Amino acid sequence: MFEIPDDRKYLESHEWATTEGDAVRIGISDFAQDELGDVVFVELPAEGDELAAGEEFGVVESIKAVSDLYAPISGTVTAVNEELFDAPELLNDDPYGDGWMLEAEPADESEFDDLLSPEEYREQTE
Amino acid sequence: MGLRKPPLYDVHADAGATFTEFGGWDMPVEYDSIKAEHAAVRESVGIFDVSHMSELEVSGPDATALMQRLTTNDVTALEPGDSQYSAIVNDEGVIVDDTVVYRLPDRDERVYLFIPNAGHDEEMFDRWTSFRDEWGLDATVENVTEEWAMFAVQGPDALDSVTDAAPDAALGDRSKFQATFADVAGVECWVARTGYTGEDGFEVLCPWDDAETVWAALDATPCGLGSRDTLRMEMGYLLSGQDFDPETEPRTPYEAGIGFVVDLDTEFVGRDALERQREAGVDETFVGFTLLDRGVPRHGYDIADADGEVIGVVTSGTMSPTLSEPIGLGYVPVEYADDETEISVLVRGREKRAVIVTPPFIN
Repeated sequence: MFEIPDDRKYLESHEWATTEGDAVRIGISDFAQDELGDVVFVELPAEGDELAAGEEFGVVESIKAVSDLYAPISGTVTAVNEELFDAPELLNDDPYGDGWMLEAEPADESEFDDLLSPEEYREQTE
Repeated sequence: MGLRKPPLYDVHADAGATFTEFGGWDMPVEYDSIKAEHAAVRESVGIFDVSHMSELEVSGPDATALMQRLTTNDVTALEPGDSQYSAIVNDEGVIVDDTVVYRLPDRDERVYLFIPNAGHDEEMFDRWTSFRDEWGLDATVENVTEEWAMFAVQGPDALDSVTDAAPDAALGDRSKFQATFADVAGVECWVARTGYTGEDGFEVLCPWDDAETVWAALDATPCGLGSRDTLRMEMGYLLSGQDFDPETEPRTPYEAGIGFVVDLDTEFVGRDALERQREAGVDETFVGFTLLDRGVPRHGYDIADADGEVIGVVTSGTMSPTLSEPIGLGYVPVEYADDETEISVLVRGREKRAVIVTPPFIN
């Protein structure tokens, strides 16, 4: 029932990652936004900050919950979706599109292979 | 121990509700969107299943004396069909719970129904019966929590909605805090013009076994406890167990901003302690604030002064759905309690600028 696009990979903690040219784009899944409910606040790192795979990189808050965000891969942040600061509801409306969070230059592209495939993630959410 | 369930648990589940534990009950927190449910109450009408609220009935020759001595307000001011907000305090004047006390139609003598918070029914039953016995009063106390389902129909269109289901009750003639027995969809219910949202509305107590009939007859957007919480926060209403709690947040009615429910001309448990505090003044008081920086204040976050020194604590906070601004409630020393006073809230260790605002946050 939740959308799980085939063009990206996932973390057990419900983040997704997909390649955009040389960068990796990161967000949260449809399942995650539905579990959270109405998202009202997002805290993200700044351009130039370092991500470490599996480590916290930010926070997303809905009315009822505060949830840490975990980095799918290690790397350097190259772009931040600042629209989310004024319109956090984009995470509910379009988690795989306009609700993207970060782009990063990956430090080690092999980390991408450690992520869950869409099929594996689908099994987890069922 | 399993969670207690409201009579319409399955109806809510079928409607797509998600549930949360509250006061030992498994209650709907959200059907689809807390924001949408919140907006329905502010703009039209919503209905909440609040059957987790406790109900205790007190009758008998000394019912009035018992109620008077265990609640801070003056129950002798109540006529049949009246109700009042009140506090239940211990010997030190610390709030054990807050409640609405209804005076039901007389049955030879006065009869009261009062509504403690969810999960407090057994504690209040014990409190009422043990004081009754200690004082030798002739009163019958019954825990009727699972005899009554309770629905709150709230919003500018609440009168229309409840009137459609109870056309003969002349509910529009009831003023705030007035109540009556009324036929709602063929079921005799206790219908009170009370609520916890800041909007006009009614709370409908109906027999547990008739809950589905009455729920179906009340045309309104189903709302969960999530929006109930954001709605009451916008009004600055207290949440028992969070904005006050005898163990974790011991506060008197004066500190909690509900001194108006204390009538020192009546004799009640805790009266002398409250009289002393009223004469001495409070050191800390309940305030509202809005964050000027981005962030969401939450229960338990520290409040600091302009120099970063911790001066108080956030007891409730959220992103106000009506204002789209972060709002909070908490306690600070009285010298910080004036409107416009600059404070800060420590959100994950970072200072967020905030300013004191006396609730309600909305007009």
